[in-house]
Amino acid sequence: MIRLENVTKHFPGQDHPAVNNLNMLIPEGEICVLVGPSGCGKTTTMKMINRLIEPTEGKIYIKGQDTATIDAIKLRLDIGYVIQEIGLFPHLTIAENIATVPREKGWPRDLINQRVDELLTLVGLEPEKYRHRKPADLSGGQRQRVGVARAMAADPPILLMDEPFGAVDPITRARLQNEFLEIQAQMRKTIIFVTHDIDEAIKMGDKIAIMRDGKLVQYAPPGELLSSPADEFVGRLLGPNRTIKRLNLIAVREALRSDLLPAVPSHLSSEEARLLLKGSKFNVLAVVDRRNSLTGFVRGEQLKNSSVVPVSEIAEPSPNVIEAEATLNEALSLMLGCGSQFVAVVSKKGEYKGVVTLGSLLELVKEDVKEDVA
Amino acid sequence: MWRKLNRLRTVLVPVILLAAGVSATVYFVENATPMAARLLVYPNVLRVLGQHLLLVLVSSLLAIAAAVPLGIIISRPAFRPVAPVIEGIVNIGQTVPSLAVLALFMTLFGLGFQTAVFALWLYSLLPILRNTYAGMKSIGPEIIEAARGMGMKAHRILSRIELPLAFPIIMAGIRTAVVINVGTATLASFIGAGGLGDFIVTGISLRRTELIYTGAALSALLAIFFDDLLARLEKYV
Repeated sequence: MIRLENVTKHFPGQDHPAVNNLNMLIPEGEICVLVGPSGCGKTTTMKMINRLIEPTEGKIYIKGQDTATIDAIKLRLDIGYVIQEIGLFPHLTIAENIATVPREKGWPRDLINQRVDELLTLVGLEPEKYRHRKPADLSGGQRQRVGVARAMAADPPILLMDEPFGAVDPITRARLQNEFLEIQAQMRKTIIFVTHDIDEAIKMGDKIAIMRDGKLVQYAPPGELLSSPADEFVGRLLGPNRTIKRLNLIAVREALRSDLLPAVPSHLSSEEARLLLKGSKFNVLAVVDRRNSLTGFVRGEQLKNSSVVPVSEIAEPSPNVIEAEATLNEALSLMLGCGSQFVAVVSKKGEYKGVVTLGSLLELVKEDVKEDVA
Repeated sequence: MWRKLNRLRTVLVPVILLAAGVSATVYFVENATPMAARLLVYPNVLRVLGQHLLLVLVSSLLAIAAAVPLGIIISRPAFRPVAPVIEGIVNIGQTVPSLAVLALFMTLFGLGFQTAVFALWLYSLLPILRNTYAGMKSIGPEIIEAARGMGMKAHRILSRIELPLAFPIIMAGIRTAVVINVGTATLASFIGAGGLGDFIVTGISLRRTELIYTGAALSALLAIFFDDLLARLEKYV
């Protein structure tokens, strides 16, 4: 847990304080995103936590201990630090880069090597292939991954991340975000995440701190932020399409309907399948194999027109399939992209779970808004 | 094939330089005119070559020992404001003609080896200092910040991050300084410090071109040799 108490930073030669009387509580194991326009003091706030910048006034406590009383070097060794990809040391190999903190801590060599391989695997880079490369030989996305691995090398309980996915293209960025959220789900680190991108903040944050001119404007979970922005500034920062942004917060599995589109085992005949068709809202059946894995769809017309054959022979694959862990926003874009009223939902292993329909999606958003208003 | 050629080069360059030096020396010694022949004998060639080497080595090593630490110190944030002043002073020193520097220090310290070494040392400072400072400043502030943010101590950042990154630029400065030094050291003869300049100066006054050629050829080959040696040292480290 990190607590900021009346923290103020006044840089010499500037009229206004960069950070003005900040009070914040960051719960353990959560991602707290600091967001705001450039110059709002979000990076300064972050750097005061590992004392790269010393506050002019106020105190910062980590697990109840005043950080000003901890040796700065010791404090930093226990706080992971990620900045944009350029923070990698260009003359050192990937392994040496990741080993930085364990080395400073004096770990034995074989333990360091083992840890490096572990981390490379964790962030999805094959150790044999990447261990001895230099940062310049990697793509932007790979460098960001190494940056994250380096920060986690000595397993610090706290991570500070300053625009960690800032320097990559949007597609890579989304993938890195998803991967990082997956890692975080296991690691449960306390994370301070700085970004200027409100969409990233909504996606990543358990809590979002919106800053402006060194002050904390609103500090709330993303759902609350979207439903009740504190003032006009927050509203403008969030943008006009807040309802659609809310869809980013809800996982597909929360809107899942298992009763609208029955599954038919692939060994059944078309005649048997026809009986199941009554239960389907869309005149379509999902075809599953013995392990309940989705293999395709059959339409009502196909069943009526064909002679008696196993459904596996007439089933057709379809692109409107999504994983249960994806967000409703992704489900919506998929529906719009396929021009379909529904998407089929599968588990990570490919098991058929049910569908999300346009109707159920709208209903859910409506309920959600009502709840927040009440 | 190119790699093979490159590896061959590392052996070939010194061999070619040595062969060129030896054959030039033999040619001029064997074909010396009577007046030059008294000076142009093998023991004499070796003696002035040794003097020359000593002048260059001592002054260059002392210059490295002084300029690299100074360059590091003025690149520290605390000294950033005075860095241009120090660079300026050393810069002005460089604009004074080398012969004038020698003459000036001769009036202060007298004739001989020490005065020559001092003047050469002073003259070598600038390229090394300037490159050390430039090398340290060329490192992106975000790299230093990442290192600090991860809890590296200042001296560890210097030895593990800053110096290795600045090393090629520092080395380039040292190479420039040493190459200039080999040439400038021929002037040491004017204040009686010996070296290959002895042949050139005597050759001019006696109008014996073979003496001038020997001194000039050997000092030029020596400069190339040092440049190559330092280039290889840089890759090796």
